[in-house]
Amino acid sequence: MGTTTAAGLGQRDTTGSPRSRLLGAVTLLAVAVLGVLAFVLTDPDVRIHPTTGEEFGQFDAMRLLYVHVPLVVMAYLAYGLCAVASVGVLVKKTPWWDVTAHASAEVGTVFCGLVLVTGSIWGRPVWNTWWEWGDVRLMSTLVLFLMFTGYLALRRTTDDPRRQARRAAVVALVAVLDIPLVNRSVEWWENRTLHQRSTLGELKIEDLTLFTLFFGFVTAGLVLGWLLLHRFRVGWLEQAAFDHGVAAAIAERHAESDEAEVRRAVGERTAEEGPADQGGFTGGETGS
Amino acid sequence: MGTILSDALLVAGRDLRIEARSRVVLDQVVPFSVLVLVLFGFALDADHHTLRTFAPGLFWVAVLLSALLAVQRSTALDRADGTDTALRMSGLSPASLFLGRAAAVYVQVVALQVVLVGGLLVFYGVDVEDPLLLVVAGLVAGVAVAAAGTLYGALASGLGVRETLLPILLLPVLAPVLIGATRAYEDALGSAAVDGWAWTGLLAVAALVLTVVGASAHGALVED
Repeated sequence: MGTTTAAGLGQRDTTGSPRSRLLGAVTLLAVAVLGVLAFVLTDPDVRIHPTTGEEFGQFDAMRLLYVHVPLVVMAYLAYGLCAVASVGVLVKKTPWWDVTAHASAEVGTVFCGLVLVTGSIWGRPVWNTWWEWGDVRLMSTLVLFLMFTGYLALRRTTDDPRRQARRAAVVALVAVLDIPLVNRSVEWWENRTLHQRSTLGELKIEDLTLFTLFFGFVTAGLVLGWLLLHRFRVGWLEQAAFDHGVAAAIAERHAESDEAEVRRAVGERTAEEGPADQGGFTGGETGS
Repeated sequence: MGTILSDALLVAGRDLRIEARSRVVLDQVVPFSVLVLVLFGFALDADHHTLRTFAPGLFWVAVLLSALLAVQRSTALDRADGTDTALRMSGLSPASLFLGRAAAVYVQVVALQVVLVGGLLVFYGVDVEDPLLLVVAGLVAGVAVAAAGTLYGALASGLGVRETLLPILLLPVLAPVLIGATRAYEDALGSAAVDGWAWTGLLAVAALVLTVVGASAHGALVED
């Protein structure tokens, strides 16, 4: 795939490289191992009530937390990176920051969407509902997701790239103001949330459980890094393609201009030589 | 600072004079907002009890949808005949441009609220239990709506898809304002036992943040 392209697009027309392929292979392997650890090897959350002796807990639903919680953290990370890159867009005004901001926002939105989906699936057996309107954290996460959906919609508009970069940076910087709200909502609105303050803290986290959770963070980090790398490279190629298009258009105009110059010069020379071969038409504007 | 405020008043005066002459908000946006209230009434089967219970939320949804039209109108005004370019060349600072535009939108949003409160009283039969809270929460939430609307109006300005993009960008940002303002109005109208003043405090924080961000970021949006 790593073919060399025509002038202007750089050395490659693919986002893959030997190292990124190795990273991809490791990432996919980690996802598979996490799946086995979380959904097969770890025990479900079953606790015995000290007085009644009844079983309670999150049972098998807790397994989803090995995926859900790391996804949340990585979504925050991606959006945080987007915010930093957006500041870079406004201060440094270079395409590198813009491509980074776009890539991290897009990957972050995928993660945020997965957070909402896995949270909803987890909530059905544990909260007895797919969706809880009264939960502040759920609502603020949804708002965050919608704000970045708007960001991505803005990125898809056909605008001057520099102006689009600045507009998108402002949208991103306003949107990330929601992240502290999402994160602290459990403490700030204790009576308006079903999210536990520290669900995992109440569970028996040791040995394989702790390892699986830790491994979940590592895996989600690998997925984030892998996706970011490829999305960044796609963005960079898009940028190169745009620049290449602009350069080609300018070259085309120059060529047209040169051609007109030649015609004008030829016309002037013909006029100086006389109207003999012009069929009686005189004047220096024939070629222009 | 004094220059920024006097320039902002100049811009706001210009926008409001254009509105007073064209009467687009008065002739189109205000009837639209009342229409939204009436449609909610039809949708909820004109049950007074239900309407009174949900009046705060329905009121603020109507305000946001109508404010969206007012913002689009304000943005369109600045795009017409190269007005935005002329304003940039005028030497007015981006912050004063933002504050002036936001102030003009704010006046329109408050006017919309006055009409819609009348609609709540007449169509939904609500009782106002705390008029002061109703007024203060409305005024504070109006600042947040106007600031966010002006900021995102400038963001979407000049894009071919402005009409469809603006709601996608603006409404999620205004969702927390909708929640806070609705809770405050639930207290003011006595439809729920909540601390409306605490929610008004949160609205004030949101209004302040959005105004500061808007005034700071406007320069980046009108740079060229």
